[in-house]
Amino acid sequence: MAIKDLFQKELKVVNIGLESFKESLDQCRAPSVQVDWRPPLAMDAAVIGAVRAASETIARANAQAVAKVLAARPYLIGLEKALDAVPGMKKNLLLHAGPPVTWERMCGPMRGAVMGALIYEGLAKTPEEAGKLAQSGAVEFAPCHEHSAVGPMAGIISPSMPVFVLKNEENGNLGYCTLNEGLGKVLRYGAYGPEVVKKLKWMETVLYPALKKAVAKLGKVDLKNIIAQALHMGDEVHNRNRAATSLFYRAVAPAIVRTAPDAETAAQVLEFINGNDHFFLNLSMPASKVSLDAARGVASSSLVVAMARNGTDFGIQLSGTGDEWFTGPAPVPDALFFAGFTKKDANPDIGDSAITETNGLGGFAIAASPAIVQFVGGNAADAVNYTRRMYEISLAESASYQIPALDFRGSPTGIDAIKVVEKGIFPVIDTGVAHREPGVGQVGAGILNAPAEPFQKALAGLAKKLGRNQ
Amino acid sequence: MVVKGMVKPGAYFDSVTLMQAARELSGRPGVSDAAVVMATAENKAILKSSGMLLPEFNAAGDADLLIAVQAADEKAAALALAEAEPLLRGSRKRTGQDAAFSPKSLESALQVLQDANLAVISVAGRYAGEVAMDALQKGLHVMIFSDNIPLETEIELKKFAQGRGLLVMGPDCGTAIINGVPLAFANAVSRGEIGIVAAAGTGLQEVSSIISNEGAGVSQAIGTGGRDVKKEVGGIMFLEGLRALAEDESTKVIVLISKPPHESVIQKLGAAVKALRKPVVAMFLGADVDAVAACGMTAAGTLEEAALLAVALAKGESADAARQKLRSHDAELDRGAAQEAGRFAPGQKYLRGLFSGGTFCGEAQVIFRGLLQEVYSNAPLAPAQALADAWKSQGHTVVDLGEDAFTVGRPHPMIDFSLRNRRIQDEAKDPETAVILLDVVLGYGSNLDPAGELAPAIQAARQTAAAGRRHLAFVCSVTGTEKDPQVRSKVEAALKAAGAIILPTNAAAARFAGRIVKELAEKAGLRR
Repeated sequence: MAIKDLFQKELKVVNIGLESFKESLDQCRAPSVQVDWRPPLAMDAAVIGAVRAASETIARANAQAVAKVLAARPYLIGLEKALDAVPGMKKNLLLHAGPPVTWERMCGPMRGAVMGALIYEGLAKTPEEAGKLAQSGAVEFAPCHEHSAVGPMAGIISPSMPVFVLKNEENGNLGYCTLNEGLGKVLRYGAYGPEVVKKLKWMETVLYPALKKAVAKLGKVDLKNIIAQALHMGDEVHNRNRAATSLFYRAVAPAIVRTAPDAETAAQVLEFINGNDHFFLNLSMPASKVSLDAARGVASSSLVVAMARNGTDFGIQLSGTGDEWFTGPAPVPDALFFAGFTKKDANPDIGDSAITETNGLGGFAIAASPAIVQFVGGNAADAVNYTRRMYEISLAESASYQIPALDFRGSPTGIDAIKVVEKGIFPVIDTGVAHREPGVGQVGAGILNAPAEPFQKALAGLAKKLGRNQ
Repeated sequence: MVVKGMVKPGAYFDSVTLMQAARELSGRPGVSDAAVVMATAENKAILKSSGMLLPEFNAAGDADLLIAVQAADEKAAALALAEAEPLLRGSRKRTGQDAAFSPKSLESALQVLQDANLAVISVAGRYAGEVAMDALQKGLHVMIFSDNIPLETEIELKKFAQGRGLLVMGPDCGTAIINGVPLAFANAVSRGEIGIVAAAGTGLQEVSSIISNEGAGVSQAIGTGGRDVKKEVGGIMFLEGLRALAEDESTKVIVLISKPPHESVIQKLGAAVKALRKPVVAMFLGADVDAVAACGMTAAGTLEEAALLAVALAKGESADAARQKLRSHDAELDRGAAQEAGRFAPGQKYLRGLFSGGTFCGEAQVIFRGLLQEVYSNAPLAPAQALADAWKSQGHTVVDLGEDAFTVGRPHPMIDFSLRNRRIQDEAKDPETAVILLDVVLGYGSNLDPAGELAPAIQAARQTAAAGRRHLAFVCSVTGTEKDPQVRSKVEAALKAAGAIILPTNAAAARFAGRIVKELAEKAGLRR
C-alpha cells in the first residue's frame, strides 16, 4: 500500500472525538461515522504491556472459552434437597450470593436471609438467637458460585432447601439453584418472619415433591430452548421472566397433573408457578451458570465467567484466573422505586443473578424486552442501544439467543474483561433493589453498570498469571 | 466570594462540551468564574492557580469530572452547580438522538463503515497516541488533531506508518483536505492540480484559499503537524507527503509550507525535490529564501507569494511573471497606505496585530522585517522581540491569540472571539495605537458568524478612538472562499460596513498596516 492509493478512493472517515468535525463531514456529504469515545480505565502500564504482549495467546484462549459458552446445552434434569446434591453442602453451611463475605461485613438483607434460613432449618427459634448463632462462627458461609450454584438476591441456600438440578449436556457439568419464592415478604430480600418460613416449608413439603416427580416423568426440560423462545416473546430472563415462566408451565403442567398425589396438590403447585412471573429466574440463572462453568479454567483467557454481588462487594471471576475473586464495592442501583421508597432505602447491589448478563442475557439482551424499558428511560431505542453497546465488550454473539429488534442478531455473549477496561464500557445489569434493612423486601428495580474496580483488578490478576504461563 | 464544586466520577465529555458548559456557567447571575474539567494533574494545577481547587478535588483522577464555580454567594454558586449537569446532559442528548447509535470504539465503527480509510482523532492528548496506533494497526490513515502528545509517540507512530504506506497527519494537525474533503479546520476550495504539504495549519488554509480564489484548485492538502519538520521527527511525513504528491497524477505543482525545517530536513527535501519533474514551491516562513532556492525549490517569502507562484506554474506561466505582478500590487498597497496615514492624530504611531492564526502572526513579522524597527510578539520570529507580557502590547506588537497562554480552558480564537474583542477595546484606548491588524479565518470548524462577532467590537473601538479625537485604522484580511459556510464576500462586506479596510490576503494586510505606521514614523521624524 502507498499513500497515493488513498487519493484514488472515496474518503471514508471514522471521527473519534469532537463531534463538530463529523457535522462538517456531513455538510460535505463525505461518508463518516462518529465514535462515541470514552477514555480507557486507568491501568498500570505494566499490566497493559503484559496483556498486549500476550494478545494473540489471549485471543486464542478467549475463542476457546467462549465457544464452550455458546455450545452449552443446559437442561433441567431433576430436583433434590441441597444437602443431598450440592457439592460440599453440609449441615452447618449456608451458601450466599456474590463473592465471599463474613457475617460482620454482610449487608442488612443478607443478614436477614441468613437469620431466616437458620430459623427455617430449626437451628434457631428467634431472629435474635439466629443472629447470635451466625456471629458465633458455628455456621460456615460460602459463595453459591463456589458450589456450582447460584442464588438470586441474598441467594441463601441452606441444607434442607430443595434445589433444581441442571446439567450442561454438552460439557457434562451440573448446576444448582433454589426454587423462586415469588414476590412480597421473601427470604431472598432478607425477610425472615413466620410467613416467610411457612412458605419455605410449603415449598419443601408440597411444591418440591410434586415438581420432582413431574420432572422425573418428563426426564428433562430443555432450558436453552425455552430461553431462546422467551427472548422472542419479550423476556430478557432476568427482570422479565413472564414468557419463560409460561413456557415452563406449559412444559410441566401435564406431568404435574399426572404425578401429583391429588388434584388439589396439582392445582396448588400450578397456581404457585402461574402466580409468580419470576419463577423461571431460578432456572435462567443456573442455566447461565452451567453454561459459563464449562468455560472456566482456560489458561490466559480474559472471559468473565461470573459477575456476582453480595450486597457489600461486587465480584468477578475470569476463565484464566482460576477461583480468585476480584472485587470492589457494590454500587447502589439508580432504579425506579416503589411508592414510598427512595434511593436512600436501597441496599447496594446484591445477588448472583448477574450470571444472566455474564451469559449474554438480562441487560445484555434488554433490546428483546420492550415491556421493561421503563427501567432504562422508557424509550425502546434506549433499550436497543444498551444491547448494542454490550457488543463492544463481548467476545461473541449467541447462535441460539436472538434479539428480534436487531433483526434476530445473536445476543452479545461472553464479556471480555480486557475490552471493558480498554473501552471504559461496563456491563449493564438488570436488577431488583432490596431495602437496606433486613425484613423489608424489594423496594424497586432498574439497571446499573458493573463497577470498574473488579475489572481493573482482574486484569492485573490475569497479567500476573500471563507472566507465569510464559 | 465563595467557591463550590463537585466531583462526578467516571463522567466523560469531550473538551468542547466542557468548555461550552463552563462558559454557560460563567455567565450565570452572580457567578464570576466556572470550570468544568477532567481531573487531570494539569487541570488541577489550573484550578489551583485560579483559586478553585477544592480539597475534595485532590483525590479525583483522570477519568473524573470536576465542576467548580466561584460566585458572589452560596446561593448563586448552588444554583449554577445545579445547572451544570443538565447542561452537560443536554449536549449529549442532542448528539445521541433517538434511535441513532454511535459505536463506542474504532473496532465497531469499522463494522458500520467497513471500508473506512481515515481516522480523524481529537481525543485528549494523553489517549490520542493509543487511539492513533490502533487505527494504524487496522490499516487506516490518521489525522491527529489532538496536541500534547509526547514526541517519542509521534516518532513511533510515524515510523510505524511509514513502513506501511500510511499517512500520519499531526499530532496538532488542524487542517487537511483529502480527495476534496475538508477535514477539521479547512476551507471549501476548488479541486485542481496543486498539491500542498503543510506543517502549519492556517498557512495551509491561506494558501489553499488564495489558490481557489485565483481560479485554480487543490488536488490534496496534507497537514503534518508543526513538529514533523524538526530534527527529532526528521520530516518523515513531510517527505512522505511530498512523495505521495509526486506520484499522484492529478498533482502538477507542489507547495510546501512550514516554519523553517531543520537543516537536515531541508537537505532531505532538497534531494527529493531534485529527483522530481514537478515544480515545487516552498514557503518556509522566515527562512533564507536564497538558501531554499539553492535546494531546487521555487522559494516564496509569504503565503500569498507561494499561492500565486503555484497558480502561475500550474498555468504554465513563469515564476518571474508572478513575482512581477505581486510587486506591482505591493506598490499599489503602499500608495493606499500613504493616503491612509494622513488621517491620524499626532502621537498615534503603533501597529497592533491581533491574530487568531499562528502562521499569520509569523507572516506579518516576516513582512515587517524590511519595514519596521522594533516589533514585539508573544511568538517572536527574528528580529522581533518577546513581549514582556502577552496580555499587554508594547510598541509595535503582534500577538498570536492561539498560543497556550490564551487557550487553556477556552475555545480557539477562531471559534471564540471574546478574548480578541476585549483586547481590541484595550488597544483602542491606547492613544499611541494607530492601526489594528486582524485576521479572520473562515471555513469548517471556525465561528459561523465572524462578522457578527467582530463588527460590533470594531465599531465600539472606533467610537472610543473618535471620542479621543483619534482615527483608528482596522486592517483585515479574510481567509476563505465563497463556498465556505460563512461566505467570504458576505463577511468582507459586513466588516467593511463596520469601517474596516479589507485586503485580499494576510500578507497584503500586514504590508498595508506596516506601511501606514512606517509613514507615520517618517512624518513624525520630519516634524521633529
